[in-house]
Amino acid sequence: MRVNFTVNGRPQEADDVWEGESLLYVLRERLGLPGSKNACEQGECGSCTVRLDGVPVCSCLVAAGQAQGREVVTVEGLADFAKQRACGTGSCGGTSLDEAKRWEADGTDSQTGEGTELAPIQQAFIDAGAVQCGFCTPGLLVAADEMLERNPNPTDADIREALSGNLCRCTGYEKIMDAVRLAAARQSEGV
Amino acid sequence: MAANGAPTKITQGSQTKGGIGESTLRPDGTLKVTGEFAYSSDMWHEDMLWGQILRSTVAHAEIVSIDTGEALAMPGVYAVMTYDDLPTDVRNYGLEIQDTPVLAHGKVRHHGEPVAIVAADHPETARRAAAKIKVEYRELPVITDEASATAPDAILVHENRDDHHIGHVPHPNIVHRQPIVRGNADEAAKRADVIVKGEYYFGMQDQAFLGPESGLAVPAEDGGVDLYIATQWLHSDLRQIAPVLGLPEDKVRMTLSGVGGAFGGREDLSMQIHACLLALRTGKPVKIVYNRFESFFGHVHRHPAKLHYEHGATKDGKLTHMKCRIVLDGGAYASASPAVVGNASSLSVGPYVIDDVDIEAIALYSNNPPCGAMRGFGAVQACFAYEAQMDKLAKKLGMDPVEFRQLNAMEQGTIMPTGQPVDSPAPVAELLRRVKAMPMPPERQWESSEGADVRQLPGGLSNTTHGEGVVRGVGYAVGIKNVGFSEGFDDYSTAKVRMEVINGEPVATVHTAMAEVGQGGVTVHAQIARTELGVTQVTIHPADTQVGSAGSTSASRQTYVTGGAVKNACELVREKVLEIGRRKFGSYHPAWATAELLLEGGKVVTDGGEVLSDLVDVLGDEAVEVEEEWRHRPTEAFDLRTGQGNGHVQYSFAAHRAVVEVDTELGLVKVIELACAQDVGKALNPLSVIGQIQGGTIQGMGIAVMEEIVVDPRTAKVRNPSFTDYLLPTILDTPTIPVDVLELADEHAPYGLRGIGEAPTLSSTPAVLAAIRNATGLALDRTPVRPEHLTGTA
Repeated sequence: MRVNFTVNGRPQEADDVWEGESLLYVLRERLGLPGSKNACEQGECGSCTVRLDGVPVCSCLVAAGQAQGREVVTVEGLADFAKQRACGTGSCGGTSLDEAKRWEADGTDSQTGEGTELAPIQQAFIDAGAVQCGFCTPGLLVAADEMLERNPNPTDADIREALSGNLCRCTGYEKIMDAVRLAAARQSEGV
Repeated sequence: MAANGAPTKITQGSQTKGGIGESTLRPDGTLKVTGEFAYSSDMWHEDMLWGQILRSTVAHAEIVSIDTGEALAMPGVYAVMTYDDLPTDVRNYGLEIQDTPVLAHGKVRHHGEPVAIVAADHPETARRAAAKIKVEYRELPVITDEASATAPDAILVHENRDDHHIGHVPHPNIVHRQPIVRGNADEAAKRADVIVKGEYYFGMQDQAFLGPESGLAVPAEDGGVDLYIATQWLHSDLRQIAPVLGLPEDKVRMTLSGVGGAFGGREDLSMQIHACLLALRTGKPVKIVYNRFESFFGHVHRHPAKLHYEHGATKDGKLTHMKCRIVLDGGAYASASPAVVGNASSLSVGPYVIDDVDIEAIALYSNNPPCGAMRGFGAVQACFAYEAQMDKLAKKLGMDPVEFRQLNAMEQGTIMPTGQPVDSPAPVAELLRRVKAMPMPPERQWESSEGADVRQLPGGLSNTTHGEGVVRGVGYAVGIKNVGFSEGFDDYSTAKVRMEVINGEPVATVHTAMAEVGQGGVTVHAQIARTELGVTQVTIHPADTQVGSAGSTSASRQTYVTGGAVKNACELVREKVLEIGRRKFGSYHPAWATAELLLEGGKVVTDGGEVLSDLVDVLGDEAVEVEEEWRHRPTEAFDLRTGQGNGHVQYSFAAHRAVVEVDTELGLVKVIELACAQDVGKALNPLSVIGQIQGGTIQGMGIAVMEEIVVDPRTAKVRNPSFTDYLLPTILDTPTIPVDVLELADEHAPYGLRGIGEAPTLSSTPAVLAAIRNATGLALDRTPVRPEHLTGTA
C-alpha cells in the first residue's frame, strides 16, 4: 500500500508498504530516518518515541497505515520543531544575550553542539553528560521535549513520571535528570 | 609519574585546553542527539538482503532431520543455509574453547541455539521463510544444575572434550575448576569465637544493552567481505570469523559501527558469521538485526551462581578464616566461563584480610542458556555472598557492620589469597567511612501538603500505599574487582598517532581499534592526545581492523590499556617532533639541547615557559606517525591446585550505602538512595567517571530487586525473553546516586588511573539487600528479591 504523511514538516510518501509494517519500520527503512531506535519493538523501552499529531507514541506500536494524513515529528526534526515553537511564543530573534554569554569555543574536533542548531533539550543532554551509548537518547529527547512543553517547571517526580516509559541501560538516569533540569532552567531563564 | 596514594600531577600539556582531568564533552554527542549517529542496526545498502536465524525451540535434543525445501521455494528468499552448507572444516568458534557450532550439527544444547539461516529481500519474508524450515528433534534429558550435571548417568553436554581444562576437572560437565588454598582454614577455625555459614543464590542477569545485535556484511570483489558491526573487540571477532569463512584475516575487513551498549554481552560473536556466510553465498549485502526476543537468546548472560560460605571471627571482631564453594552455571557453551571461574575464586574473599582460606570455584556445562561476560565478571556473585556474611558476623558479634568491615579491611601491602601482594592504594576503610559520612536522605520524602506523592513510595503509580506499612532500612557494602585481563593473558593494545599541519594548525589523529560502546573512550583518547601533544585539534579515526588490536572493551581496561597505548604513542610522536625541532632550530637557541622541552598550546616550550618554536614551523609539511603496541605489567596463571600466582594487574574498589523503603505488607521495595564512594586513581574525565559509577550502580540495583532471566528447571527453556517480562529499572525505580570520588594514584598505571567501570556494579547489589534485611529483619539469601520473598508467600 501507499502511505502519505508529514514527517518533520515535509510531506512524505512511502510505497510498497506491507500492511504489517510499523511506523518505525517505514521511518527507518523506507524514509531514511533511522534516528528513532528499534530496541524492543514491543512498546516497552521508548527508544522509538516520536510525536504523532503532537502526542508521544512508541512508533513500533503504530501501524504505518495509521499515520496516513497525520503529522510525525522524529528526533531528526526536533531542533526545527523546538525552534518553531520558540518562534510561536515570540522568541526567535537570533541569539539571546544569555546564550551569547554562555558561548564558549571548543576544539573543532569536538562535535559537541557548535556548528549545529540543536533543540535546548538536545544541547542539555550533551552538556550534562546524559549521553553514553546514546541508543535511548532519541526517544528520551522526544519525550522530555514534550514534557517540558506541557510542564516548563517540572519537579523531579514529574520528570521521572514523564520519562518512565523510556529505558536507559548506561546512565542510571541521574545525568538524564540533570539534563532535563538544565533544559528547564535554561528555558525559564532564557525566554 | 605520581607516587602511590598521592593525586597525579601533570606537567606536559597542563596548559593545553581540553586535556586530561577536564570534563570535556563527547565527540559523538551531536550525532547522538540528532539521530545521525550510525548504529549497527542503522546500516543500509542498495540491494541489501535481510538475514534471519532459525533457533531451536527445545533445550537439548538430537536433530533427526532438517527440511529447507519449502523455505527455499518462497518468493523473495535468496538463500537458506544449515550446518551442511558451511564452507570449511572450521565449524565451531569460541572465545577460549572453540565449542560453539556456527550452526547446530546433529544436536542442540540450549533453547534458542541457531539451526539455520535465511536471506530474503524483506525482513518479514525472511522470518516467515525461517518458520517454514522443518526441524525434527528427538528430545534428550536436560542438565540444569550441579546434581544433574555430575550424576553417575549424566549425559555429557560435550562429548570428546579435548580442551586444555579437561585434564584438571573432576567431571566432563565441569568447564573449569579453580581451587585456592592458603594457610590452614581448619586450624584457624579453632581460633574463631563465632562461625557463620550461608548458602546464597544469585540469579541469571541479562546485559540488556538497548542496541540489538546487528550488522551489515558486504561481499567484496576480491572475494572477501566488509563487515560493519557492533562488538566489544574487533580483532577477537576477526580471529573467530575468518577461519569459518575460509578467508585470510586481511580479506575480512571489519569496521566498528555505532554500539548501543555492551556490558559484556558483545564479547562473544552473535550474528557476525551468519551475516558473512549469507553475503558470500548470495553475493549481496546482508543485514541482520535481532529483535529483543532474539537478543535474549543471541548473547550470553551473567552466570547464575550457588555460593556456600563459612567465615569465622574472634570476639574482638577479627576474621579468622574463610571457606567457600562457588558453583557457576556456564550453560551449554564455555564462552568466558574459565576466566569467570578465575575471578570468582581469586576475589571470593573480598577486600578483606584473611590469611587462612579454602576456596573452590567451578563452572558447569548444562543445557541452560550459555553464560559468559557481564560487567563485574565473577566478582559480582562473590561480593553478594561475602557481604551478606559480613553483616551476619557483625550482627552475631554485636558490632556495627561498617566498623566490622573497616577492622578487617585490606590495605596496600595486604597479601591476596593467591599470594599476590596488593601494591597500590586500597582505601577500603576510607571508602566505607566516606560513604557512611554522606548526609542521609530525609525521612518520609513522599509526604507533602497535598498528601502522599505515590511516585516516591513503594508500588509507585500503582497507588498501593500512602505510607502504611512502609519501613525504612539502610545497608552497606564494599567490593573488589580486578582491572584488565588476568592469569597471564597477553593483554596489550595498539595505537597509531599522527601529527601534521592541516590548514595552518597542528592536528593529531588517533587511530585505534578500541570499541567505543558508550563508555567514553573516544573522549578520553582526544584528551590524552591534547595533553601529550599540546594541541587542541584531535581527530579520532573510526575503529577498524586496519590498525593493530586494542583488546576488549571489558574488564574496566580500555582507559588503562588503550589509553596507555595512546599515551605511549603520543610520547613517541612528541620525541620525534622534538628531534625534528632540534635538527631544524637547535643551532639558534641552546635551550633546544639543554632544557626539558614540552609541547603546549601548539608550541614547543621549555619547562620554564619560554617559547622556542611553533609546532607549525617544526613540522612544516612533514607528518610524524607512530603505531605501537603497549602492555601493562605481565600477570601469571593461577596454580591449578593451590591457586597461587600473581594473576591480576590492578584492583578497583567501590563502597555503597543503600537506603530503601519497603512496603512490608505487599513486599514492594523502593530504593530511595544509593550513595557510592569509589577510588578512581585519576579521573581523566570526571563527568564520564561519575556517569560510569552511576550506571554501574543501577545495574547492580537491577539484579537486587527485579532483573532475572527465569529458566524452567524441567525444560531448560527461557520463560521471560522480553522487556515485558524481564524487568529493567526505569527512571521511576531509580534513586538518587550521590558519588564521592577519591583519586589515589596507582604508580604502575598511566596517570595513576584505575579502571572504574565494574566496581560500582559489585557493591550496589549487596548494599540494597542489606538495606532490605535491615528494614524487614528477613534473612534473604537470594537475589533478586521479589515480593513473595518479603511476604513469606514464595
